[in-house]
Amino acid sequence: MDFTLRKEHEMARSLFKEFAEKEVKPLAQEVDETENFPRGTVDKMAKNGFLGIPVPKEYGGQGCDPLTYVMCVEELSKVCGTTGVIVSAHTSLCCDPIMTFGTEEQKQKYLVPLAKGEKLGAFGLTEPGAGTDAQGQQTKAVLDGDEYVINGSKIFITNGKEADVYVIFAVTGMVEKRGRMMKEISSFIVEKGTPGFTFGTKEKKMGIRGSSTYELIFTDCRVPKENLLGKIGQGFKIAMHTLDGGRIGIAAQALGIAEGALDRTIAYTKERKQFGKSIAAQQNTQFQLADMATKVQAAQLLVYKAAMAKANQKEYGFEAAQAKLYAAEVAMEVTTKAVQLHGGYGYTREYDVERMMRDAKITEIYEGTSEVQRMVISAALLK
Amino acid sequence: MKVVVCIKQVPDTKGGVKFNPDGTLDRAAMMTIMNPDDKAGLEAALRLKDQYGAEVTVLTMGLPKAEDVLREAIAMGADKGVLVTDRVLGGADTWATSQTLAGALRNMEYDLIITGRQAIDGDTAQVGPQISEHLNIPVISYAQKLKIDGDYVIVERQYDDRYHVLKAKMPCLITALAELNEPRYMTPGGIFDACKAEITVWGRADLKDVEDSNLGLKGSPTQIAKASDKVRKGAGEKVNLDPAESVDYIVNKLKEKHVI
Repeated sequence: MDFTLRKEHEMARSLFKEFAEKEVKPLAQEVDETENFPRGTVDKMAKNGFLGIPVPKEYGGQGCDPLTYVMCVEELSKVCGTTGVIVSAHTSLCCDPIMTFGTEEQKQKYLVPLAKGEKLGAFGLTEPGAGTDAQGQQTKAVLDGDEYVINGSKIFITNGKEADVYVIFAVTGMVEKRGRMMKEISSFIVEKGTPGFTFGTKEKKMGIRGSSTYELIFTDCRVPKENLLGKIGQGFKIAMHTLDGGRIGIAAQALGIAEGALDRTIAYTKERKQFGKSIAAQQNTQFQLADMATKVQAAQLLVYKAAMAKANQKEYGFEAAQAKLYAAEVAMEVTTKAVQLHGGYGYTREYDVERMMRDAKITEIYEGTSEVQRMVISAALLK
Repeated sequence: MKVVVCIKQVPDTKGGVKFNPDGTLDRAAMMTIMNPDDKAGLEAALRLKDQYGAEVTVLTMGLPKAEDVLREAIAMGADKGVLVTDRVLGGADTWATSQTLAGALRNMEYDLIITGRQAIDGDTAQVGPQISEHLNIPVISYAQKLKIDGDYVIVERQYDDRYHVLKAKMPCLITALAELNEPRYMTPGGIFDACKAEITVWGRADLKDVEDSNLGLKGSPTQIAKASDKVRKGAGEKVNLDPAESVDYIVNKLKEKHVI
């Protein structure tokens, strides 16, 4: 077993790091303060191929592996959690299901411009009454001639108003499963601008404030029946498969936030003097930093292992759940300690760790809460 | 159109410069980057590729690990990489380096050769013009702008207080300033391709029409007495005044500091 990165991964990391430092970091505080979506950065990422990293070249992507994509989200999130999740939601939650379940026509029509970054993607599963419990879905799609008519709403949608292509889920009927009537869920590709598809309120969030989080509203929204993604009734499977991949992206985001907070804290504790010496010379600081760095390293190994599992295994939900659970909790713990080690300054918006602590919290919640990850992990252990 | 860009892997001086006890650079202890002026030269070539479909080859002389800088260039969009490496070429000064690169270039087809103005580790600005002398082709140095006009290249050459517009018939050599452009990033897919790309590796025997006496340490007339890091300057002060006021301002400053 060898933990050495291959040459291409080393080079890719240096690329993402350079891009993040030059193009993303200078805007991170402003993006947080103003809650403005960083469109200019997204355009630059598109130009440089960051929006199609794991997509094959024949579909407009970069033809790289999941580990390269994970490193991109990680390095972006080190300086800006908002930018990290924009790439993660676009790639994992929109490109990936179309790449995995789409027809050749759907791939040509939607995946190619998404992977080239000409279009931005989003994913709509969550509803007011359906978060962790996907069976609570209320959005319905009814076939009428050659079109599905969609009615309902989706909430907390990342890249909400900024996206062009949405993978959404709706109930298409009832089916009997193990003697119980269950909702049959199907998946659809919906384009922005489709009549009947509008946006509700923008969420005012604690963190990742520049990401565009909106409610999607469907009122007699008619989509061509060829926009059904996968087969009818395959929606739940598509959603779960997609979230397995998405969790690796969010784990990478959490990892990046933790690494960013650790880097800043190391630098700060060397500079900050109290009682005539730097606070890095205090054993409490040293022990805190040691714990933070060790946990960050453990999180990185889990995240990279999950990325390799996605590259090499058919099923990777277990690895993805462990990576997301651990990386998210490490992100929260490390950013909280980072604020503490910064003292009063860490509580001000002048210092990045304040934003990072707010950004970290969401990683324990979205794309499956930490509790859901524990359910996934324990279910695999006890099956 | 064929463009060859000479690039150099140099120590990244951002993190400070480290020296061996004998005063030479401790290259192993420092991170390396593509020399910034060379990167601008590469970007200029890649723009010719975008615009005219030029074929871009990158050429470097160095240790085997200098292959990394060629792969970086390929990941940015260069088509081919040539590494000239041989123990007998080690310790080369600008004379021996330009002889070596000219020896390699004699094996290659080119309409345009682009080098950086100077490398941040040596700061000599000699290699580009010397190559052109060895190859007997025109050189335009300090290019801040460049365009192609048929068989000619039109270059704005930077001077202290003005620029000159020069036109040269290709083949010719241009030395590029970092200010020439904003180099593009590598792309992730470009990196994966670059790592698979075959790099042409040449040794002493592959160099054409070069005497042994002009190569490596033995062929280097330069003697390095001492190497030192740049003295870090302060941020300085920039004022915009007319010439007469400027003189008064400077004189007053010098008086304040008791220099005069």
